[in-house]
Amino acid sequence: MNASLTIPTTNVAAIEQSPGYWSGVFKRFLRDRVAMCAAAVVLLLVLLALFGAFVTPVDPYQSSMLKRLKPIGTEGFPLGTDELGRDMMSRLMVGARLSLFMGITPVLFAFLIGSVIGIIAGYTGGWLNTAIMRTVDVFYAFPSVLLAIALSGALGAGIGNALISLTLVFIPPICRVAESVTAQVRSRDYVEAARASGANAFAIIRTHVLGNVLGPIFVYATSLIAVSMILASGLSFLGLGVKPPEPEWGLMLNTLRTAIYTQPWIAALPGLMIFITSISFNMLSDGLRSAMDVKQ
Amino acid sequence: MSAATPLLDVRGLTKHFPLKASPGNKSGVVRAVDDVNFSVMRGETLGIVGESGCGKSTTARLLMHLINPTAGEVIFEGKVVGSRDLPMKEFHRQVQMVFQDSYSSLNPRLTVEASIAFGPQVHGVSEKDAVKRARDLLSRVGLEPARFAGRYPHELSGGQRQRVNIARALALEPRVVILDEAVSALDKSVEAQVLNLLLDLKQAFNLTYLFISHDLNVVRYISDRVMVMYLGQVVEMASTDAIFASAKHPYADALLSSMPSMDPDQRTEAPPISGDPPNPINPPSGCRFHTRCTFAESVCSSRAPQLTSIDDTHRVACLMYEANVAHPRSRVNVLKVAA
Amino acid sequence: MSQDAIIEIKDLEVVFGSGSAAVRAVNGVSLCVERGQTVALIGESGSGKSVTLRSLLRLHAPKRTSIKGSIRVAGHDVLSLSSSALSDFRGEVCSMIFQEPLLALDPVYSVGDQIIESIQRHKGCSRAEANKKALALFERVKIPSPERRLAAYPHEMSGGMRQRAMIALALACDPQVLLADEPTTALDATVQIQILLLLRELQKTLGLSIVFVTHDIGAAVEVADRIAVMYAGQIVEEGDVRTIMRAPRHPYTKALLQSRAHGSLDRGQRLATIPGAPPDLAKLPPGCAFAPRCAYAQDACREGTIALVSLGESHGARCRRTDVTHLPHTESVEA
Repeated sequence: MNASLTIPTTNVAAIEQSPGYWSGVFKRFLRDRVAMCAAAVVLLLVLLALFGAFVTPVDPYQSSMLKRLKPIGTEGFPLGTDELGRDMMSRLMVGARLSLFMGITPVLFAFLIGSVIGIIAGYTGGWLNTAIMRTVDVFYAFPSVLLAIALSGALGAGIGNALISLTLVFIPPICRVAESVTAQVRSRDYVEAARASGANAFAIIRTHVLGNVLGPIFVYATSLIAVSMILASGLSFLGLGVKPPEPEWGLMLNTLRTAIYTQPWIAALPGLMIFITSISFNMLSDGLRSAMDVKQ
Repeated sequence: MSAATPLLDVRGLTKHFPLKASPGNKSGVVRAVDDVNFSVMRGETLGIVGESGCGKSTTARLLMHLINPTAGEVIFEGKVVGSRDLPMKEFHRQVQMVFQDSYSSLNPRLTVEASIAFGPQVHGVSEKDAVKRARDLLSRVGLEPARFAGRYPHELSGGQRQRVNIARALALEPRVVILDEAVSALDKSVEAQVLNLLLDLKQAFNLTYLFISHDLNVVRYISDRVMVMYLGQVVEMASTDAIFASAKHPYADALLSSMPSMDPDQRTEAPPISGDPPNPINPPSGCRFHTRCTFAESVCSSRAPQLTSIDDTHRVACLMYEANVAHPRSRVNVLKVAA
Repeated sequence: MSQDAIIEIKDLEVVFGSGSAAVRAVNGVSLCVERGQTVALIGESGSGKSVTLRSLLRLHAPKRTSIKGSIRVAGHDVLSLSSSALSDFRGEVCSMIFQEPLLALDPVYSVGDQIIESIQRHKGCSRAEANKKALALFERVKIPSPERRLAAYPHEMSGGMRQRAMIALALACDPQVLLADEPTTALDATVQIQILLLLRELQKTLGLSIVFVTHDIGAAVEVADRIAVMYAGQIVEEGDVRTIMRAPRHPYTKALLQSRAHGSLDRGQRLATIPGAPPDLAKLPPGCAFAPRCAYAQDACREGTIALVSLGESHGARCRRTDVTHLPHTESVEA
């Protein structure tokens, strides 16, 4: 009102734009060899999930009583055959699709729902926070495996219900992380300064909170993908998730368990895939975490 | 509005933080700010000094309404803040604050100009105009917009970040700026640059400053009047010259004499007072300073002093300066004679 | 003068990291501290004052740090001490107090236990004796009701008491040298002066040698016999406290003293400032590191290494323009 700004306006085109925060994260991530390896494996798995079904050497559903449990390295079946004589390699390739789907989808939904609840709880504080977080704690008190089995059991078998139950399992942990990260950001001076400018909660969350909390929550969520895969496999193993004859690693592990004494290597293959996938996702998330850590 | 109306009038401002009851600690409140009254005139700089726990930063946050007061009100230009006459949002356009920690007070994910432009946009300025204002302000605070507008906080030095914070505070064209330890974290040579900038901006924008600091040299340099706080209360308030020439309250006097000497041949010989400031959870009864005061008498532990005027501009909260108090070393008559 | 030196630092260089990102935190610091003397290292953040101090106890992580030069403290060659000799050296010969005692003291032991443990480990005496010694130390640092305070945990003490307790801990094994890293910066004004006066008194009664790092010139004046001013990893001026305060000859020292807001200044009068900012320690300019900000700088200042110019007994400045720096800048131009 009283201030008259007489300095000539700067030429807009001349503004030096700094590389943003994310380009720095990307650079640090590229330098992290372990994380890059993990990213390569994850990329391979995703490609397998998308296109595996089109390049299988043999029909993964084609069973043959004569070719049951052939060992690794058999002519025509490089990774042997399962208990119904189906080609292991083809089934593992096609299984990536369902397994990854079951691993990623629940985490994605839980990320969206849990973040919203957690950010609201963390930003508002007070009684609303207490109400939300105590409710979340009730779910959190159950071991995740038990909760997943109980929910799936109650909802009934099937992929859709397994996804719902896994989503419900992951909402509480994501919500807790979102709440604590948001509460931290909320106490920073820049949020105070935004409040002092008269901005309402919505504007502050949109401009100042989201950008600072979504990254850390996302990193945490990626670390849950491995857990989700293992839980989904467990549900399939118990007959609560994917139904036979669909190839899914957890289910394959289940059906091959009878062969553990005759062909232990073949029985272990689906487990190995689960192991590689989950460890890759974990290392990827560790890499993201350290790449996002700005030390000043 | 008459010239004598204060721009900002603070009445009975009180903040008690509730404490969770724990074993060995029954009493339930921290008396962070207790019945603080003062006013700020248009165009002046009021310095607020005191040690940690004296409530100076809580006072700033109460003024900004970042926390809700337990009691008391803030009156801006004769209008009660938060009332229908002066909604909070409008008050926030008029009064802004600069924080101590230059890094934590800037959003690390926003460019400098986006941080500055946020406030005006909240108040309905279009993005284009807000960005233009941000760039103009950047050049006002000595940061060439072409080089700095697109940068992120971590790419700036502490002094540059604090300039950005000042620009952000000015983006709403406020009348009052509260500077809460705004130069305390800076190196001396940078501090001098920022102090000069603050003086220039004050003149250019007709600003009124509330300058909160623990650095008495800086307060002396920049303030017209000084208010000394101790354990949540105002103990003395006077013009800078009066208080630095002869502080009346024993605490204010001790605080000023605690400034390290700059002359190697006139080093401080003995500490002006001993001990640490007590905890504001259970402040001493009566005069809160009596536990450390060299002039304390029995009356001081039972009776709380009132802020008393000893001349037009000088007020002090000490029983020695209060009429009709049986303090053996009462100064009331001495002052009368002098007058 | 060096016969009685208890600390002798020669051509100290400390570099963190390597390659193009190497930060040259200390670039050729030489410093002598006599027995019973207090030297203040003053400078702004990044000037290398704390790094120099920490090198005296070899506190830097050896993997990421390369240290060159020599450091002798009370006859010990610090940079070549074995790790067991180093842990004896720390505490018994030379000990340190920090800015934030809450971080330096162990939160899960009482302050008394920490002091007693330290005395027992270094002196091998009984617990009762150590306890007696700890009590005497608490009295020495003027902690009221010392018996009760010995049993207190760090978080139960006020800031000033904690700093006193840390001084007691540092003095537990009768060191000859006390290193103080901004020990009063986090304290309130009325407490700061108490601690400064305590350090002064301890120095006198125990005959300690103190190296005191601070950015606060006032604190340095209160305790120091000599002042060394650091800039960009070098000591740019060194002299006794009166000389430095009254007749500084390095342009940086002069500017630093002038840029302070002080009592004799009128309100509203602009402060003298140093233009620009300190250099990036990873890309130091050639010649004098202060030249880009210096009012007296000439082309000659921007090349070669700048030697320390002796300006009288125990006064020196690392500057090529000392012939004119005693004059105000305007007159120096004419000269």
